[in-house]
Amino acid sequence: MKSKKKIEKPKPEKQQPIKIEPPEDKIESRRVFLKKLWMGLGILAGAEFIGAVTGFLFSGKGNSKETEAKKLIEAGRVDSFKPNSVTPFRGGRFFLARLKDGGFIAVSLRCTHLGCSINWEEDKKRFICPCHASAFSIDGDVLNPPAPKALDYYPIIIENGIVKVDVGTRKQREKFNKDQLTFA
Amino acid sequence: MINQITEKKPKAFSNILLHLHPAAVSEESISFTRTFGLGGMAALLIVIQFITGILLRFYYEPFPQKAYDSILILHNNVLFGQLVRNIHHWSGVFLVLIVFLHLLRVFLTGAYQSPRQVNWIIGLILFALVIFSNFTGYLLPWDQLAYWAVTVSTSILQYIPLVGNSLREFVILGTEVNAETLIVFYTFHTAVLPILILLLMAYHFWRVRKSCGVIIPRSELPKTMVPTYPNLVYKEGVVALTLIALILVFAVFFNAPLLERANPSFSLNPTKAPWYFAGIQELLMHFHPFFAGFLIPLTLIILIAFIPFLKYEQSPTGIWFVSDKGKKSAKLSVVFAVAITIFLVLLNEYLINFEMLLSWLSPVISNGIIPLLIVLGIIWIYSKYITKKFKLSFSELVQSIFVLIITSFVVLTLINIFFRGTNMQLTFPWNL
Repeated sequence: MKSKKKIEKPKPEKQQPIKIEPPEDKIESRRVFLKKLWMGLGILAGAEFIGAVTGFLFSGKGNSKETEAKKLIEAGRVDSFKPNSVTPFRGGRFFLARLKDGGFIAVSLRCTHLGCSINWEEDKKRFICPCHASAFSIDGDVLNPPAPKALDYYPIIIENGIVKVDVGTRKQREKFNKDQLTFA
Repeated sequence: MINQITEKKPKAFSNILLHLHPAAVSEESISFTRTFGLGGMAALLIVIQFITGILLRFYYEPFPQKAYDSILILHNNVLFGQLVRNIHHWSGVFLVLIVFLHLLRVFLTGAYQSPRQVNWIIGLILFALVIFSNFTGYLLPWDQLAYWAVTVSTSILQYIPLVGNSLREFVILGTEVNAETLIVFYTFHTAVLPILILLLMAYHFWRVRKSCGVIIPRSELPKTMVPTYPNLVYKEGVVALTLIALILVFAVFFNAPLLERANPSFSLNPTKAPWYFAGIQELLMHFHPFFAGFLIPLTLIILIAFIPFLKYEQSPTGIWFVSDKGKKSAKLSVVFAVAITIFLVLLNEYLINFEMLLSWLSPVISNGIIPLLIVLGIIWIYSKYITKKFKLSFSELVQSIFVLIITSFVVLTLINIFFRGTNMQLTFPWNL
């Protein structure tokens, strides 16, 4: 019974519609507002999606990268390296060069041109890059382009007559100068 | 018999594959020399790449310790394993070549002009995606060839000013090519790029249909329409079967390259970029890396993308080489480009080394700006000369310069692939 009444009640209201609707321009402005709201929400959702995907893709990458902390490699006793000689340490990715004056420098084997691994040519006393024929002198200076700058080098510490190379910090340089050498 | 069927109900209505075509096509547009079937060949090659690529994915493992072994297992233990990899390899090579030829055909018949200008851009993007697909796939075998080619190619990014170093680290996820590089390249190669190619291909086809099919010169109008089946479909079948046969022959007789396992401590001598980047690598022998690896390629790509949007006084669409004098000047451009490119390479290699000669200047000037100005000067003088000689219109001039540059790039590519030996010194192919 009660439910019937409830259904009956709205009927007369529909038959005699009361003008509760706002004027046309207000409806129009409401429509515009809602449209803008939807658009804003859409843009927000799109931005959220892109943000979530970017976060997903980049948060996990690079964690396994080696930390550039001090990583000392013991190369050997000072007197085991003759002046004007080069000893490769392929595992440490460098060549240990001892110049004529007895100074040590550990040059990276990565060519500064496009990142190939260079080789030492004993007869010509120079490093040569197999990719684009760049040549470097024993101290890492450019002898022949296209390499634009001298080979990177690693700091050397000499303790108790033993040469240690810090392969954790690779130093960039334009040209060779005497300050980059380490003496016993 | 066939005619009776097609009269009742064209096959293109009942067959979903044929539905890609209109029910009838103009007789003029399906003559083989109009397009050489290059677009269709590219589409077929992409289908072959999907099939063989999916097969390879059942065996390949994208981890540095496992990738190389999984290729060995594929070769030694899997029935037709080597053959499937060979087909995938050769289809990839053919795909780059065919897409390049397709681009040339579209350009030389003027089919890039309105209303086809959007499809020119879509086509260029598809070309780039095909190159990226090939490049990301190049790393996957994780052998010496793959490792060093990718190291060298991505190192070019370093020379982009300001953002270069971080861009390179972003692309290969670290300072050197590593395990993360491999998995990212693998994902791009087997998921991201194939999906993009598929979507853009569909759009590319749809736009061809919207432009009423293949371009035909106005002089050959009005068209005579013929049913697509069998007139076009049979021709496509001949082209497709011939191409498949050719690839099978290549795959049977020539193995896809596989050197020893990747070793970050020893570079190959010589280390070469993938062959489609060999032209850029040859430029790197003669220009500062910022110019060879970045400025020159980027400028050329932008210019090529802008070709349809230049103002041409006439639109000679559909005619090979625009006109007779267009054809003559294009021929001269080919000859001139071959001669001048070889001449300049030899000159720079043996006689004039700007960086040594002008060693007091920064390499950016001595080995970048100065040689670039010389090359631009040569192009400028040449364009003045041919404009006068052939009384060229603007579109014919654009075509001649385009032919000049493309031919030079092809010559540089060939020099790098076939004439660079140990330490990247010039040598003859039989000494390689």
